[in-house]
Amino acid sequence: MSLRGKRILIAKPGLDGHDVGAKVIAMALRDAGAEVIYTGLRKAPEMIARVAVEEDMDAVGLSILTGSHKELAAETIRCLGELGADDVPVFVGGTIPAQDLPELKRAGVRDVFTAAMSIDDVVAAIDRAIGAQETGR
Amino acid sequence: MTDATGRTKARETETDPERVSTTTPSGIEVPEVVTAVMTGRPDLEDPGQYPFTRGIFANGYRGRLWTFRQYSGFGSGEETNERYRFLLERGQTGLSVALDLPTQCGYDPDDPIARAEVGKVGVSLSNLAEMEILFDGIDLGGISTSFTINGTAAIIYAMYLATADKKGVARDKLTGTIQNDILKEYVARGTWIFPVRPSMRLIADTVLYSNDETPRFNPISIAGAHVRDAGVTATDEIAYTLANGLAYVDELTRRGGDVNRFAQRLSFFFYVHMDFFEEVCKFRAARRIWAKLLKERYGVTDEKALMFRFGVVCGGSSLTAAQPYNNIVRVGIENMAAVLGGAQSIFTCAYDEAFQIPTETSAEIALRTQQIVAHESGIARTVDPLGGSYYVEWLTDRMEEQIMRVIGEIEAMGGAVRAIEEGRIQLMTAKAAHRRKRAQDRGETVVVGVNAFRNPGEDQDFGEVFRLDPALSRRVIEKLQAVKDRRDGKAVSKSLEKLEKAAARDSENLLPYLIECCHAYVTVGEMVVTLKKQWGEFEEPIRL
Repeated sequence: MSLRGKRILIAKPGLDGHDVGAKVIAMALRDAGAEVIYTGLRKAPEMIARVAVEEDMDAVGLSILTGSHKELAAETIRCLGELGADDVPVFVGGTIPAQDLPELKRAGVRDVFTAAMSIDDVVAAIDRAIGAQETGR
Repeated sequence: MTDATGRTKARETETDPERVSTTTPSGIEVPEVVTAVMTGRPDLEDPGQYPFTRGIFANGYRGRLWTFRQYSGFGSGEETNERYRFLLERGQTGLSVALDLPTQCGYDPDDPIARAEVGKVGVSLSNLAEMEILFDGIDLGGISTSFTINGTAAIIYAMYLATADKKGVARDKLTGTIQNDILKEYVARGTWIFPVRPSMRLIADTVLYSNDETPRFNPISIAGAHVRDAGVTATDEIAYTLANGLAYVDELTRRGGDVNRFAQRLSFFFYVHMDFFEEVCKFRAARRIWAKLLKERYGVTDEKALMFRFGVVCGGSSLTAAQPYNNIVRVGIENMAAVLGGAQSIFTCAYDEAFQIPTETSAEIALRTQQIVAHESGIARTVDPLGGSYYVEWLTDRMEEQIMRVIGEIEAMGGAVRAIEEGRIQLMTAKAAHRRKRAQDRGETVVVGVNAFRNPGEDQDFGEVFRLDPALSRRVIEKLQAVKDRRDGKAVSKSLEKLEKAAARDSENLLPYLIECCHAYVTVGEMVVTLKKQWGEFEEPIRL
């Protein structure tokens, strides 16, 4: 498994201060060869989308543990679309009840990760997603 | 690899059901048996005696049980007031206010960045009117109230005093705690607002003002809970927290505070996770270390100022979304460790708290857990019943050594304030989180229902889910607008102007100005914007 050459933005939208999951995944993706930018806390969805476009990111990971995942993910995807970047896959990690998955998927979220998953499984899922997109071009 | 909903599935690691770990989570290698000779402590002091290894009170819980303090809050004043009455009717003995993120980060509910978060993880308290609703029908002179508030702690404390003023409750009757520990916010919890130095000033202002005006109130609760939940070990939790504690003592001393006085009102707050004896022993070690540090380094002579008082939360990241009813058992075990460690107040998480605001049912079970431990188990009958156990005394000593080593490392970095400004503690915490997660992934640490003992085809989700009213945010904004419409605009601008001037003068205590603002129904967001003009905002050092 390698994410070498891939650029991934790990972002904390909204006011959530719990950044451990974001940092752990950022470290793991970097270990897997990706170039990772971590935004730090309290970033607006439009700012996250702008960075993703300006920095030519291959994927965006949003970390949300406050229960506001539906609003914040949809808003980030909308902002990416406005910048013509709706092909950048968006992943969401955090405290996400399974019943919210259909709505997140409909909003365009590629995959959802929770604390129950292993780091390797998260990295593998991102690897598969970005890889599939490459071959499809 | 994916389940029915399309989510990638968790993987079960191989766990040997016969295997028992020989190392504690803090990395202490434990011998097969600890013998009398190995403890080397035949003459341990009694409870209530310096350095308080066995507890700060000679009579333990006989004088008074710990406070049953369930952290709760959601929606706005009305919803949370209703939950408080529910908990008080069922025997809760203290209130613990959870505030929403906009209030914690200093944004009013009508701020665009706040919209998605209003009332989500706590109650929205943007101004005095909302706090008056929150405490409607609750006697502030008769119950202690704890606020988990940091970035805006001085403001919420000022608002509490204004509420008491309006209810006619004398300030010296007020008991409770504000967390008011900004240093750990930069490391783990993230509700910082201002840069480190002005934040330290604001904390000193609060502590010194409180010592005079509300002498029975704890104006700070120096917290290790959040770094712990983020991923550090029990010994690092204590070490980082005591290092922060020393930074506050230094700041307060620099501001002219008398350590023999203010140290009596410093309190602490920790997580209790699952490794039973480590959890018990970390508190015994922490009491001893803190008393020694204050006595030996600061020359504290008043016994009360040497006493390490702490509250705990049981649960947090030790709880799992998988097989959620297992969490009831976990919290029960942790609750016992907290009591045997000598906690002054205990919050037991609800079994569904890993993923949502607890329902009334789960909140009641969490409270009942404490009542069962207190009144059925008998462990509170005599003080420090584990004292003198070969293993407990041995492990307390080993943990003390390890904690002191880490405090030394932080001091070598220039102390907690500098280490945090440079992002070094943050990096250590993130690395610890990565290690902890990897150890769980590999099955080195067993988490039942997550990486071991899973049922085939098991659903990771559960039945009853607490849902907030989706119209809440709009309703809160309407209430705020109504307050803005009826308050005296002149009093608002005048009190804010005075606050701004006072903030520019380092020597001035800001509390009287904040209280005046609260009485004028100035909002949290308005006060924070005013202070930001003077102090700017914290810039997060990002190191991975």
